Amino acid sequence: MSQGLLKPGVYFMRGNHACVEGALIAGCRFFAGYPITPSNEVSALMSRRLPQVGGYFIQMEDEIGSIMAVLGAANGGVKAMTATSGPGFSLMMESIGLAAMTETPAVIVDVQRGGPSTGLPTLVGQGDLMQAKWGSHGDYEVVAYLPNSPQEMFDLTIKAFNTAWAYRIPVIVLADQVVGQMIEKVVVPPHEEIEIVERKRPEVPPDMFKPFDSKYLVPPMAVAGEGYRIHVTGLTHDDRGYPTTSHEVSQKLVSRLVRKVRENEKLIGEWEEHQTDDAELVVVAFGITSRSAMRAVREAKREGLKVGLFRPKTAWPFPHWALRKHVERGADILVVEINMGQMVRVVKEHFANLVKIHSMTWAPGTVPPPETILAKIKEVYPR
Amino acid sequence: MSRLELVKRTRTDEIRSLLRTERFPHIWCPGCGIGVALKCYAEAILKSDIPVEKHIIVSGIGCSGRAAGYMRLDGYHVTHGRPIPFAVGLKTARPDLEVTVFSGDGDLLTIGGNHFIHAVRRNDDINVIMINNFTYGMTGGQYSATTPNGARTLTSPYGFIEGTFNVPYMVAALGANFVARWTPLHDRELTRAIQEMFKIDGFAFIEVVSPCLIFGEMNNIPPLEMLKHFRKRCVIDHDADLSKVGLSTDPDQPIVLGNFVRRDRPSYQTRYRELMEKIRGGGGGRG
Ligand SMILES: Cc1ncc(C[n+]2csc(CCOP(=O)(O)OP(=O)(O)O)c2C)c(N)n1
Repeated sequence: MSQGLLKPGVYFMRGNHACVEGALIAGCRFFAGYPITPSNEVSALMSRRLPQVGGYFIQMEDEIGSIMAVLGAANGGVKAMTATSGPGFSLMMESIGLAAMTETPAVIVDVQRGGPSTGLPTLVGQGDLMQAKWGSHGDYEVVAYLPNSPQEMFDLTIKAFNTAWAYRIPVIVLADQVVGQMIEKVVVPPHEEIEIVERKRPEVPPDMFKPFDSKYLVPPMAVAGEGYRIHVTGLTHDDRGYPTTSHEVSQKLVSRLVRKVRENEKLIGEWEEHQTDDAELVVVAFGITSRSAMRAVREAKREGLKVGLFRPKTAWPFPHWALRKHVERGADILVVEINMGQMVRVVKEHFANLVKIHSMTWAPGTVPPPETILAKIKEVYPR
Repeated sequence: MSRLELVKRTRTDEIRSLLRTERFPHIWCPGCGIGVALKCYAEAILKSDIPVEKHIIVSGIGCSGRAAGYMRLDGYHVTHGRPIPFAVGLKTARPDLEVTVFSGDGDLLTIGGNHFIHAVRRNDDINVIMINNFTYGMTGGQYSATTPNGARTLTSPYGFIEGTFNVPYMVAALGANFVARWTPLHDRELTRAIQEMFKIDGFAFIEVVSPCLIFGEMNNIPPLEMLKHFRKRCVIDHDADLSKVGLSTDPDQPIVLGNFVRRDRPSYQTRYRELMEKIRGGGGGRG
């Protein structure tokens, strides 16, 4: 099984390549994608690596085709992913809704670039944060990871597969241009130490099996050709998978789709903290921005300010319960992000009026330098 | 009961066993051709050597798209225009499955046109049964890429002026391995053509020219009249010059039917597997 997979060891590796190797170790054997900067290194390496490990690569005619092919493969019982950037991510939205509704697990890597529309294809951005959660119509929940290094492109891609297949949801790896393209040390642990999650399989014979059995929060998944002869539809459907306009069924189905994530947010949500214990100002930053913020926070401490860093590793669910501890201590918050103020909205949603919440927005297509963040820290530092 | 009746009855029972009859009555109008095409698909499955559980149906959105929901198979009813890429992913990842896309002209050739032409170009090993009812039935009868010029639809009240795909001509030119056109009046030929599709490695396509009540109503053709119209105009010519088989509303123009194209171009999936074997045979490892 582990034949052809990247051997345990220490590597000097590009983030997008680490993502590929992580995916293969997680069991990904199907990739469909469409060229777009700055995610191209993912598809290029996938096209080389997948046939080596007995997997399937296809470059589709567009991103809608790519995500749909991924959903097809996943419904065939094969772990599958795609990778893209903003414009392609926008094209995928309707299908991400289909994945949520049909409870099809899938991994979507979005290597974010700057600006709306075609924007800054080769430069960094973090403006797809809200789109990752709200991009498709109607109510559903997804999970989105926020890697801040090539190491995490490896680790969190594996987690993304595990979460997608455990909860039967689309999971997004919300990377950015710098994290995707930078080259850094990546440690690949012994494969047997890496947790790999598979789908929960049906335990009853076909005549008793209900593919969307609402007695489960996450029903066992039957895949094509196993003899269960299931119907899978994006229409509102009952426990058998049959379309219905029943008010009761709709209420139950949509609630369950969001409860899968909401009730497990503390199991899924991840974050990291540095020198936050007695911080009077907590800087919230994610992805590549967190690396610059870390430097600023350390410098601020050296200058005698009590400043810490809170880094969400999942955007969705946002680890608000962990940040709350600092709010309850009375620490103010400064959110630094490469967009015009998206994560700060979430922080305000949870903590408005409890403490002061400051925002540093940024949109030139660069990473805000530590000095700029430090200056902002000094400007808003409570005294 | 005569032997013939008995055979017929068991056949009907067998076909019913492939349908989710608990979901009936279905949504299709009386006189619509989709149900007949679906019956032919079921019949072809029964006659195929492939186990039933390996037959997969994928549909998009529309009246025709509801087909996936009535077959007692693993059936996937996906987004509008996207059954082909879903089927391509499924078939590529699971070569053991016999994947058939069953959907409408709007779904496959209008919103899904880009996926369609590229699936034919790659020669993806899928079967596509396209119901051509000249219109978007589900949304009330707007024009689609197969609406004949001059026809009235909900959105061409003065007559359609955009131009119409000559479907078999286009699909043949793109390089499909199998191209046929039948109508629900030709259920035996249609069933045999579907059986033929199952045997083909590569893109296999059947256009089912189908009566639609909504389309007929807007063009003053009552349902029964539409079928008579079909009967009168249909000509079987397997060797037809495909450049001349475009459909029009002209009652004097023939509707040319047949199994037009049969080729043996290897499918993308076959070529990929060959490539994979070569690469893996060559040592694998990290290149
Ligand atoms: C993205 C999107 N756009 C529009 C629709 C609305 N819609 C539903 S069915 C349909 C047309 C179906 O026409 P066709 O594929 O020809 O099938 P028919 O109903 O005629 O069998 C449309 C436009 C949709 N469901 N999704």
